[in-house]
Amino acid sequence: MAQVHIDRVSKIYSGTQRAVNDISIVIPDGEFVVLVGPSGCGKSTLLRMVAGLERITEGTISIDGRVVNALEPAERDIAMVFQNYALYPHMKVYDNMAYGLRNRGMPKAEIDQRVREAAKTLELERLLERRPRELSGGQRQRVAMGRAIVRSPKVFLFDEPLSNLDAKLRGQMRVEIRKLQRRFGVTSIYVTHDQVEAMTLADTLVVMNNGVAEQVGSPLDVYKRPASTFVAGFIGAPAMNLIDADVSDDGSAATVGGAVIAPLEHSAILEPGHAVTLGIRPEHLRRAGANEKAEIELVVSAIEILGADTLAHGQIGAGGPGKSNLIARLPGTTRLEVGSKLPLAIDRSAIHLFDRETGRRIVSDKASQTEVTPRARLAAV
Amino acid sequence: MNKVRFGHSAIPYLFLLPQMLIVAVFFYLPAGEAVRSSFYLEDPFGFGSTFVGLDNYRDVLSNAEYRRVAIFTLWFTVLVAFFALAIALVLAVKADAVLRGAKTYRTLLMWVYAIAPPVAGLLGIMLFDQHVGPIVKLAALFGWDLRVGVNYHDTAFAMIVTAVWLQIAVNFIFFLSGLQSIPRSVREAARIDCRSGFRRFWTVTFPLLTPTAFFLVVINITYALFDTFGLIDLMTKNEPGNNPVTLVYKVFLDGFRGNDLGGSSAQSVILMVVVFVLTIVQFRFIERRVHYS
Repeated sequence: MAQVHIDRVSKIYSGTQRAVNDISIVIPDGEFVVLVGPSGCGKSTLLRMVAGLERITEGTISIDGRVVNALEPAERDIAMVFQNYALYPHMKVYDNMAYGLRNRGMPKAEIDQRVREAAKTLELERLLERRPRELSGGQRQRVAMGRAIVRSPKVFLFDEPLSNLDAKLRGQMRVEIRKLQRRFGVTSIYVTHDQVEAMTLADTLVVMNNGVAEQVGSPLDVYKRPASTFVAGFIGAPAMNLIDADVSDDGSAATVGGAVIAPLEHSAILEPGHAVTLGIRPEHLRRAGANEKAEIELVVSAIEILGADTLAHGQIGAGGPGKSNLIARLPGTTRLEVGSKLPLAIDRSAIHLFDRETGRRIVSDKASQTEVTPRARLAAV
Repeated sequence: MNKVRFGHSAIPYLFLLPQMLIVAVFFYLPAGEAVRSSFYLEDPFGFGSTFVGLDNYRDVLSNAEYRRVAIFTLWFTVLVAFFALAIALVLAVKADAVLRGAKTYRTLLMWVYAIAPPVAGLLGIMLFDQHVGPIVKLAALFGWDLRVGVNYHDTAFAMIVTAVWLQIAVNFIFFLSGLQSIPRSVREAARIDCRSGFRRFWTVTFPLLTPTAFFLVVINITYALFDTFGLIDLMTKNEPGNNPVTLVYKVFLDGFRGNDLGGSSAQSVILMVVVFVLTIVQFRFIERRVHYS
C-alpha cells in the first residue's frame, strides 16, 4: 500500500511520437484511480510504465517514495491483471498463484496459506488443481485476480481486465473488484475505455486523450463539470450535445445563426461575438410545456425507445448556417414521429460552455471552486 | 470438428484414393518387396534367388561391423539432434529478444534454409576441404591435423558439424515462431512474477515451447537418421573403408556396392522396425509431458 507519484512522465516513440505527454498525477495511498480514454490515448502505455513493462522516456514514477524508473517489474512490488488474463497455460491454478511467491523465496507453508486464503476469497477452492484451459472466462478472471492478491503488493494495476467478459459477468466482476479493492485497501490503477466501469469504480477519474490528461477529478465532478469538449463528449452516454454558437451582442445569450438558443450566465467574462461551444446533456433537454417558451425546436430524425426513457435524435436550425445534430433524452416512452417538430426547453443551469478555439471549459464564477476536490489531483507543475 | 455424413459409403474412400495410391506405390510396395527379399539370397548377377529364411537377419545381427555402425549411428543421431536443437534454440531466443533490426537479423539466420540442401552440404564440405577448407586451416592453427575422409574421428567430427549446421536454420525458424506464438502478456506476467530471466525461461517460456520442441525432436532424429545420406556420401568420398557411416548408408553400401540385396533388405527391415518403435515411444511417452494449450 503506497502512494504513487507520476511526475512529468512522457513516453516518446521513435524520437518524435509522444504516446504519453508530460503527465503528472499523485495517487494517494489506497485510492482507486481509473485511466479512461479512447484507444490510442496512452492510458495503457502509462499503466505499463508504472508496471515497468515499458521504459519511461521522461519524468519519474515513484511508488511509496521510491523512484522505480530503473527497477525491473518484479522489483516494483506491483501486481497486474491483464486483459486476456495472461495465466500460465502449463500451470495449475494453484501454481499460477504460487509462482510469483516461490520466485521470491517465500516459505512453502506461507505460500500455501496465502494461496488458499485468496482461493477462498475468490471462490476458487475447487478449481485449484485445474489448468487454465479448463476454466471459463469468469473463472480465469478470478485466477488472475488471485494471482494479484496473493502477492499483497503495494499497487494493483488493471489493464482492461473485464473487456473479454460478457456484459452480465462484467457487471458482476466490476462490483467484485471494487469490493476486493476496498477490503484490501491497495492503491489501484485501472485502465478502461468503458465509461460505465470508469464511473462506477473510480475514486478518481483521469480522462486521457492524445497522451494528455484532459481532466483529473471525481467521477461526478468530471460528469458535472467536464474540463473540455473532449471530456464532455467522452463521459456520458449518449454523449453530450455540443453546439457551435456565438455570444450575442449584449453578452446575455448564445446565438446560432443570429437566433438566440440559450441564455447565458457567463456575461461577465465573455465579450460579444465570442466563439463558443455549448454543451447540453441529452437528459437536460425536456419537452417544452404547452404554455412554455421552447428554446429550440428539434426536427426528429430517429427515435430509440429504451423502455425507461426515449432518445430523440434530430437536427436544430435545419437549413440555416447553425445546423446541428442533437439528442434529447425524454422520460418514459414518449410518442414521437420521425419528421415531426419537437419543442425543447433547456435546463438553464445545466448548460456547459466551452471556448470553441481551445475546447476548454469557460469557468464563470466561484461556484465551481466550492465543490469537493478529489483526493488525487494534478500535481502542481 | 464438424462431421460430414455422406449418403454413399464409397465416397469417402474415393477421396482417400489418390493419397492411398501414392502411399501404396511409394511406400507399401517397396517396403513389402524389402521384407520379401530379406528372406532370400539373391544371386549377385541377378540370375535368381534362394529362400534362406531368417539367415539374412542372423548374419546382420551377429556381424560385429553392423554393431559398430549401429553404435556410431546412435551417437551421430543423438549428437546431431542435440546440438542442432540446442544451438537453434539459443539463436531463436536471442533473435526473439532483439528489438532493433529484428527482421534483418532473423532473415540472416534463416538464410541457410533458402539454400538447396545438397548445395549447402557441398558448402559445408568445402569448409572441411583438405586443401582450401578454412576449418582445416583453423584446426591446423591449434595443431590439429584434421583429415576428413581419411581419419575416422575427423570424418565423424566433420559429418556431425555439417549435419548440425544444415539443420539449425529449420530448427531456428520453428523455435522462433514457437517463441512468438507465446502471448506477450504471459511473458509480461512472468516478468512481474519472476526477476531472473534465466529462471523465467525455464519455468515459463520453455514449457510453453515444448510442443514445438517435441515436434522438432522427432524431425531432427529422422533427419539425422535418414536425411544425412547425401552428406555422408560426399564426406566419405565413396570410400567408406575406414570412415564412419550410418545404418542407412550401410544399407546402400551392402546392397549396391556389396551386391548383397538380401542382407541389405534385412537391414532396412530392421530400420523400419526401429523407426516404428521410435515413433510409438515418442508419442506415448514424450507427448504425455507436453502441454498443448
